Parts: sequence; structure tokens; C-alpha cells
Amino acid sequence: MFNQCRLRLKMTERTHKKRVLVGKPGLDGHDRGAKFIAHALRDAGFEVVYTGIRRSPEEIAAAAIQEDVHAIGLSSLSGAHMRLFPAVVEALSKAGAPEIPVLGGGVIPDEDIVALKQAGIVEIFTPGTPVDTIIKAFHEACEKKSAG
Amino acid sequence: MTIDRLLEGLKARDPRAIGRAISLVENGDDCAEAILSSLDEDLIAKATVLGITGPPGAGKSTLTNAIISQLRLSRKRIGIIAIDPTSPISGGAILGDRIRMMQHATDPDVVMRSMATRGRLGGLCATAGAALRIMASCGCSTIIIETVGVGQSEMDIIRLADITLLVLAPGLGDDIQAMKAGLLEVADLLVVNKADCKGADILAMDLEAVIRKGSPIPTKVSMTVATESKGIKELLDRIDKVDSEHRESGEREKRRRGAHDQEVLDWCLEILRPKLLAEISKRKLPLLGDPRLEAKKILAEQ
Repeated sequence: MFNQCRLRLKMTERTHKKRVLVGKPGLDGHDRGAKFIAHALRDAGFEVVYTGIRRSPEEIAAAAIQEDVHAIGLSSLSGAHMRLFPAVVEALSKAGAPEIPVLGGGVIPDEDIVALKQAGIVEIFTPGTPVDTIIKAFHEACEKKSAG
Repeated sequence: MTIDRLLEGLKARDPRAIGRAISLVENGDDCAEAILSSLDEDLIAKATVLGITGPPGAGKSTLTNAIISQLRLSRKRIGIIAIDPTSPISGGAILGDRIRMMQHATDPDVVMRSMATRGRLGGLCATAGAALRIMASCGCSTIIIETVGVGQSEMDIIRLADITLLVLAPGLGDDIQAMKAGLLEVADLLVVNKADCKGADILAMDLEAVIRKGSPIPTKVSMTVATESKGIKELLDRIDKVDSEHRESGEREKRRRGAHDQEVLDWCLEILRPKLLAEISKRKLPLLGDPRLEAKKILAEQ
């Protein structure tokens, strides 16, 4: 009840709700990780647009623009991250939104992380990363985007 | 993005500008007024607003997706506002309605936006009205608003939409549920989705038996299987029919007038709320006083 009142009060005030998109590009259907992160972000106060599995990079970019999100989180467990994560960055660029930061997670070997960061992925998370680290990275990515 | 560039972008129907404009209005940004006063009132007046409501899991998003596909055959530009609940604990939300509609993600004439309730009860969010006006002003001739999954009395959508569909599915309760007061009585069209599932015919029969009694709405329930696009064309024909009837009889005008006044009232109350709350806490009222009497006293002194 108290929380409800607090939320209602915010309606006419200026708010800075952080909005993020979580999705899975490519044909990989293992969505447990993506769902876990979406849930954790929700519990950290983010509005999470969840677009589900088997999306093309163009679909993710178009959705991110329509939803005006501050950041995008991608998950890939199939080994196709080297192709798909940069493809999302490129699709955003083509759609005129190169400033939306992209973060990624999944089963990703160390040597790929360097290459992915060079390709414009802001952060990469591998299995075992504490969820607080991931949430903090999303907060930072969102703030950077708002400032820019 | 500067406000001038944003307003230019809105005129050019740029998806980035539309997305940003909705965020700024939703967040109560200072430039919200400039955005809202720049909109094309003629286009807003012409657009049809279709409300889709129903309990969680009835198939609202899937039905919306099927309706989009059908409407796109006639090249119409469509807006979709899909609302999901905000967590009362964290203030966060999972906006998952898009999953069912991703096939339209790259269609430039399907403008979609997910919104969280942000504490508002009644099935909508406070700025759904503003978002739909932005979409209409950017050329969307039909705008679909999908509410959160509702129970029996979340009826805000009836006010905002020109036509409201109540989507039900078999397996959610017995015939007594159909007799209860509330949403069932005020929806324009009833849809039984998942019509290929057991119990769909019985549900439709129960509903028809209940709404037959002197109700202005057509007594026939629409049957759909949204996942297979079955019954969608028939449903849209019925929506068109109700829409033109409402336009001819003046019902549409009457509803829009009522909705507009009500939304103005809502915003008056929202704007007053923080001031009143400050006044109340300033007074340090004794716990024993009757709240209603105290309220009258405070208002009389304003």
C-alpha cells in the first residue's frame, strides 16, 4: 500500500526510469540466461523490454529505437556471438542509433572478448559473473547514454 | 536531440523521434508541453482507437498480432501501445507483449511501444492517452491499446478507446463468472479466443446468455484462434460495423467528449496531489480525526 502511494506520487514528477531491451539474436533458443538477467534487472528497478528468442539484429535494433531504450543486453549460448553481437551494433548504426550501448553475455571465450569490445560491445559477461556486476554495468551504460 | 529537431522528426514520422517523444511525455519532462501542443489534432480526431482487454493469458498480445497482420493487408499505418504492470516492490517491469508481435518489428508502418503502469491502477498507464495522440499525429490511423491482464473491474480502457474488445479464453472459471457485473457489461465486443480448446463453445454460450438481456451490444460472441489467424477477418468486419454505427449515431463523439473531460479531471487531481499531500503533512493532524471531515476542512481553506 505504501509503495503504491509512493509510485502514484511519482506520476506527475519528472522521472528518470531506466529502460533496457533484453533479447537473443540468432537461432539459439536457450533463454534461461536472458530471462534471469531480465528478471534481475526488473528487481533492480529497470523497465525491461523482453523480445524473446530468435530475433534478427535488424528486429532488435528497430525495437530498441521504438522503445527508446537506454541500453541493449544480448545473450548468446550457441557460439555465434562473434557474428551476431557486432551485427546488432551495425544494425543500430544503420538505423541511426549508434549511441545505444550494447552489452552481451554468454559462453564466450576470453580471446573473443577483446575482439567484441573492439567491435563496439560495451561489456561482455561470462558464466559465473555476479549479478550485481551486471546490474551495475547496465546502470552505468544507461547513465552514459542519458548524458550523451 | 534538441526540442526543435525532435518536433521536426515527429513531423517527418521518424521512429526515433516518436520513441523519444513518448519517453519525454511519460517521464514528465519539461518539453512535454511543447510536444503535446505541436500534435496534429485533425489526425487525432480521425484515428480509431481499439482497446483490447482481458485476463492474463487470454491471448491479448497474440490476438493483437493477428489483428495487425490483417490490418496491414490494407496498407494502414498502425500504432500499438502494450501495457504491462510495474512492480510495486522495485518499480521495475518486464514488458513482454512484444514477443508475440516481433514479426512486425521491422515494418516501418507498425509503430509499437511497450509501457509500464508505473503505479496506476485500472489497467492503463497515466500517459497512454498522450502516447496514442503522438502515434495518431504521426499518421497511425488505427491505434490498438492492449491493457495489462485485468480482473473484473479495470475499466479505464473503456474511456480511452473508441471500441473495446474483451478477450476471454476457456478454462478460467464457470458460468457464474459470466454473470458478474463489471467489464463484461461495458465492452463493445466479446471475443472467445483459443476457440479450438475444450470449453470454448460452452463459454461462448454462457456469455451470450448473459449479454442477451436488453444489452445494446451484439449478442454474438466472436470466436478466434489467434495463433492460427482464425476468425480475425470476421472480427475486424464486426469492429468496422460497430465503428461506423458509433460514428453515425454520435456515440463516438459522446465517448470522446466524456473521455477527454475525464482525462482532464485525472490530470487536475494528479497535479493537485503533491500540493495537497504537502498541506496534509504540514498540519500534523491528530490520528483520531475522521479523514473525510479533515479533507473537507482542508479543501474549504484552499
